Amino acid sequence: MMASSYNAKEEDGHVAVPVGGTIKNKKPDNTAFKQQRLPAWQPILTAGTVLPAFFVIGLIFIPIGIGLYVTSNNIREFEIDYTGTDIDDPCFNCSQSFSWNNTRPCTCALDFSLDHPFESNVFMYYGLSNFYQNHRRYVKSRDDSQLNGDINSLKNPSKECEPYARNEKAPIAPCGAIANSMFNDTLDLYYVHPNGTRIQIPLSKKDIAWWTDKHVKFRNPGNNPNLTAAFQGTSKPINWRRPVYELDTDEENNGFINEDFIVWMRTAALPTFRKLYRIIQKKNNMTPTLPRGNYTLEVSYNYPVRSFEGRKRVILSTISWMGGKNPFLGIAYITVGSVCFFLGVVLLIIHHKYGSRNNSADIPN
Amino acid sequence: MDFSVLRNLISRYCVGEEYWVDSRTVYIGHKEPPPGAEAYILQRYPDNRIVSSKYTLWNFIPKNLFEQFRRIANFYFLLIFLVQLIIDTPTSPVTSGLPLFFVITVTAIKQGYEDWLRHKADCSINECPVDVIQQGAVVRTESHKLRVGDIVMVREDDTFPCDLILLSSSRDDGTCYVTTASLDGESSHKTYYAVPDTMAFVTEQEVDSLHATIECEQPQPDLYKFVGRINIYKEQEEPIARPLGAENLLLRGATLKNTEHIYGVAIYTGMDTKMALNYQSKSQKRSAVEKSMNAFLIVYLCMLIGKALINTVLKYSWQWSSDHDEPWYNQRTEIDRERHVIRAFTDFLAFMVLFNYIIPVSMYVTVEMQKFLGSYFIAWDTDMYDEDLGQGAQVNTSDLNEELGQVEYVFTDKTGTLTENCMEFIECCVDGHIYIPHAICNGQILSAASSIDMIDSSPGGQRRDHEDLFFRALCLCHTVQVKEEETVDGIKMGLHQGKPTSFYISSSPDEVALVEGAFFWEAGFWVQRRSSLLWLNFLCVSFRFELLHVLNFDSVRRRMSVIVRSSAGENLLFCKGADSSILPRVVSGKVEQVRARVEQNAVEGLRTLCVAYRSLSPADYEEACHRLSAAKLALQDRDQRLMQAYDFIERDFTLLGATAVEDRLQEKAADTIESLHKAGMKVWVLTGDKMETAVATCYASKLFRRSTQILELTKKRTEEQSLHEVLFDLSRTVEPCVCVCVFMSRLSVDCQDYGLIIDGATLSAVLKPGPESSGSGNYREIFLEICRNCSAVLCCRMAPLQKAQIVKLIKASKEHPITLAIGDGANDVSMILEAHVGIGIMGKEGRQAARNSDYAIPKFKHLKKMLLVHGHFYYIRIAELVQYFFYKNVCFIFPQFLYQFYCGFSQQPLYDTAYLTLYNISFTSLPILIYSLIEKHVSVETLKRDPSLYRDVAKNSLLCWPVFLYWTCLGLFDACIFFFGAYFLFDNTTFTSNGQMFGNWTFGTLIFTVLVFTVTLKLALDTHLWTWINHFVIWGSLLFYVIFSLLWGGIIWPFLNYQRMYYVFMQMLSSGPAWLGIILLITLSLLPDVVKKVLCRTMCPTATERAQVGPLPDRI
Repeated sequence: MMASSYNAKEEDGHVAVPVGGTIKNKKPDNTAFKQQRLPAWQPILTAGTVLPAFFVIGLIFIPIGIGLYVTSNNIREFEIDYTGTDIDDPCFNCSQSFSWNNTRPCTCALDFSLDHPFESNVFMYYGLSNFYQNHRRYVKSRDDSQLNGDINSLKNPSKECEPYARNEKAPIAPCGAIANSMFNDTLDLYYVHPNGTRIQIPLSKKDIAWWTDKHVKFRNPGNNPNLTAAFQGTSKPINWRRPVYELDTDEENNGFINEDFIVWMRTAALPTFRKLYRIIQKKNNMTPTLPRGNYTLEVSYNYPVRSFEGRKRVILSTISWMGGKNPFLGIAYITVGSVCFFLGVVLLIIHHKYGSRNNSADIPN
Repeated sequence: MDFSVLRNLISRYCVGEEYWVDSRTVYIGHKEPPPGAEAYILQRYPDNRIVSSKYTLWNFIPKNLFEQFRRIANFYFLLIFLVQLIIDTPTSPVTSGLPLFFVITVTAIKQGYEDWLRHKADCSINECPVDVIQQGAVVRTESHKLRVGDIVMVREDDTFPCDLILLSSSRDDGTCYVTTASLDGESSHKTYYAVPDTMAFVTEQEVDSLHATIECEQPQPDLYKFVGRINIYKEQEEPIARPLGAENLLLRGATLKNTEHIYGVAIYTGMDTKMALNYQSKSQKRSAVEKSMNAFLIVYLCMLIGKALINTVLKYSWQWSSDHDEPWYNQRTEIDRERHVIRAFTDFLAFMVLFNYIIPVSMYVTVEMQKFLGSYFIAWDTDMYDEDLGQGAQVNTSDLNEELGQVEYVFTDKTGTLTENCMEFIECCVDGHIYIPHAICNGQILSAASSIDMIDSSPGGQRRDHEDLFFRALCLCHTVQVKEEETVDGIKMGLHQGKPTSFYISSSPDEVALVEGAFFWEAGFWVQRRSSLLWLNFLCVSFRFELLHVLNFDSVRRRMSVIVRSSAGENLLFCKGADSSILPRVVSGKVEQVRARVEQNAVEGLRTLCVAYRSLSPADYEEACHRLSAAKLALQDRDQRLMQAYDFIERDFTLLGATAVEDRLQEKAADTIESLHKAGMKVWVLTGDKMETAVATCYASKLFRRSTQILELTKKRTEEQSLHEVLFDLSRTVEPCVCVCVFMSRLSVDCQDYGLIIDGATLSAVLKPGPESSGSGNYREIFLEICRNCSAVLCCRMAPLQKAQIVKLIKASKEHPITLAIGDGANDVSMILEAHVGIGIMGKEGRQAARNSDYAIPKFKHLKKMLLVHGHFYYIRIAELVQYFFYKNVCFIFPQFLYQFYCGFSQQPLYDTAYLTLYNISFTSLPILIYSLIEKHVSVETLKRDPSLYRDVAKNSLLCWPVFLYWTCLGLFDACIFFFGAYFLFDNTTFTSNGQMFGNWTFGTLIFTVLVFTVTLKLALDTHLWTWINHFVIWGSLLFYVIFSLLWGGIIWPFLNYQRMYYVFMQMLSSGPAWLGIILLITLSLLPDVVKKVLCRTMCPTATERAQVGPLPDRI
């Protein structure tokens, strides 16, 4: 009795198994589990079993890859850089004379032409380079409960928002570095008709943000339809020209649920990124969304990137079921499929050679 | 006062004990000694409370936490946690705090529960009633109230509440019988003796009137050693001093048997008792796997520090330009800006925190769980269950499971391990005449009695005389006890009618066989009564012998003697023992004939004993008595003095004859040894037996085969040549084989194998550090070199300590092989404790070996399954466990490292906090745990049939650096695939069909999803045994991950201050390219491992891999 009680007196990590006392004079159960005889499937990775798998993978992957590659190639994409680093660039003046205190927006226009018509819906993105939206200090500089309409957080922004939490005692709404640095260039697209007239292309700003973000994650404070009253007592972010309740005239797209704002608040994974700006809806089946021809992009240049050697782009792209233009996935599929196929062949040869040798000249040990 | 101290000193000096420091004086019944005898110095002793518990209610939390954080790993995680609390780190403290909290809590609960059980056990022991004599009456108190000096009454079948000196017993010869089964497992009854001067006390009053003090040594853990002295004061008389020995000391935990009650005085109480001192935890053995795991850990720690350093340096070089450090959109706070100096350091710490998951907390927990739970499979194994003993294998420590698969040297005892230790009296030889019985077996007397055959029946008066003496010697000279069916008055009736209603019990099976043999020959039968022995000869003529002294057996002297006085008043000394210890002391008798017979018997594998006697003249007897009592009375060096006394008395023998007892080989011993050989283990037999017997056993057990060339390194040979020459001779003989072996190793090695025989004397000569230290070191090396080339080594005539020495020698040799020692007796304990793995056989010689071992098995044959099957399984399981854990965490953390290059070295974590926390705890923990518990890459039958498969895992081959490097590289490769795969998918493009963009959390989630699937499927590819549990756990884990992610992203969690994961997982799954990307990346990262496996299997399959495919061709 004492002995067994002392058995347990062991050092940490020195696990005592108190089986001595309990198992004594008792035959262990003859169950499949205790005797480690559970029925089991015992697969072995031999050349014979792996070979078919390799061929099958090869045969599946290569067509998928080809499909992806073709799809990707069929996607029309047009990209134009409007940063204005060069003296010849139309936006050079705007980029040089930038100041936060400018009340009058600086505008510039870029001309470009599309060689091929864009048939389906066209998605208009703005792209930034060398902009570290994934910097840790930046990523965490937001207050999700404030954005979710919490009155408390509206008045007392989280300290994660520092140094963009308060502006001379008044709480900033929306607080944080992300909101503060929201992209505020305005981009307009004009089709230059061969006869010289400029037709503005209608840009839709609906559905550019995730549905769940717009309807659940982001909410305006209170149930007050009057946003000016709801945001009473808060200050606008330092770099913003307008307060948050004046982002849009549309009631459904104003305040925290402004889609441009929501899109910006989803921090990008990499320092070069693009964000959805507008959607150009296809009007009818007869005419392409963007016909071949000349276009003008009019930019009201508000967003400085020169200080961190960033670039600004506009991207026009059609979308397929697999998203935008990205040949990587297709090429990768084709490569992996081919490698599998090739390995299958190599293994077949090796298997044939060694398999027969092993069977015939196996030296017993 | 001063005078008494002085007197005290003087008296001590006169008695001759200068070193009196380590002793205690016990005042029996708390009575002061009469003035003038001794100074009454009240000493304080602990009470009889047993405290096996570690904690109390109050100190549990601090003490347990302290104990837990003393472990390096826990401390490391605590440090990380504290760093996270103090500085602004990328991941929330929860990520490391929660797992740590979990681990600490689980451990604390487990330890707390164990401690609660201990408290309960302590309580029930401390509160059990005890009868104490106070003022001449029996008073019942609780056990923990006992104090040193109390007189205690113990009744039959009660256990002793503390260590007692036996004062008197209800048996009128002052003895009592005791079993110490719970102490050392020996179930035989042992006799203890009361102090002669007090044994007459019968009533409580008498006992209470005793006025005496006991001086004895301070408590020490050796169960079989005790020296003390009792001083009995009587009025107007000189105090009487009597020696006390282990035979007077009743140990706590032992049980009183066959005796109505005893009185004893408590001398050691509570935690001072020998039992309490004996249950201190043994020194921990660490397995080789643990050592390589720690080495890997250090590599990973370096990797971690390296990564953090690289990132810190890069961060600061990158931040050199202010537009990188603080672009307008991302300013620091004022406070942060001021911290210039410590910022670099905190950055380094932050990177450490970010990457700290590379050394996961959960690995330690999983490894421990694996060992703990895994060891149950050993105990549960019915193949290792012995019907006769009613016991299966026993696991005393689960730390060494995998070490069973790494054994290179097996040191085995012979008697009781290789052999049954079930003795059969084969023959005896008196003066060269041989007597053979018909049918006798140990423990029972078989068929109807028939007298012995005398092969040589030449009559003669002298012969007759010696024959009588011989059988008298057999009947008198032993320590066998009769287990009585019914205690009438000490005589058992059954045997008189010739019915075996009783049986003999002794700690030595040889003696039982001899006594039974003697009885069966109707040579005699003895009855013990008081201190005299009654001996019946043929035809019921009885001779009375008075037993005067017993010179007990010990393994150094290798003999025992009794001194008896015959009814004729003649003093005789009978001695029996090993031939080597008897024959040199013989002065007359037919030495040559007996020696010849003994040697012949030994060659046949029989155990032989020589019997001799000496007739003591009254003067001799007086001298002997004087020496013995002087030695027994001594408090210091009593053993040594007894030795000298024995040496003096046991001489000038007349040889009577010899006995031969057969010890049968254990079932399947030969098969087991053969398997161990085939498995590449070297088997050494270490025995105290004589060479010839041992060699015969070795041949029988196939340790030596007929083809084995035997090399002898024995005393006989070293007497002819010098040790030096012999050693060099042998090494020259052995050497050519080495070259051949190396050359032929590709083909099956059929070269000459060697067996070495060495005896204890030569061994000590070899190991003895000579005057010139270089020379002896040289011998040692040469000896090791010879041993290394011998497949089997037999060491005979070994003292217990020499066995441990040999094990130590091999352990310390330059390859540091893993050693295993197996034995059944107390003499094997030192070797069992010394070896890396100690295995005890639950044999006949008590449970001491089993108790001190790491694993205990019922029979030697079970060693085969233990090593070849369980050892092999546990090794591959834990090897995979360790490698896999490192692999999965490289896969986990390396993408984070790569991500730092794309996020401005800002310590931005790639994965969400929940993923960081749960990755090791729940998403990937169970499959590997289950794998490491039930994986069987080959069937049990194959492993048993083909022991050579054991070589595949020998020398820690699955945890060597190349394998480790392979796993790490695989991890790095996979991590690169995950990261760059996702990178190219995300790079400046959309991959949804509605044109919306994904953010950094989707990027991380995509990588994490690929990671979880790859890592789990990698394990699935490694699994060879898919039971329903595996299916459940592997697919269940993946399903759990998906469900968890859906849930985690499905709700706005009110208690979180961020909602970054909201709908991220679902949005990702709604995109077709994400699915395609995930499938592609999983396939691509599993591809190299599959190819490597298939290629290795096809091009150069290991024996194990061949065995997996199908049974090996039976052409061996």
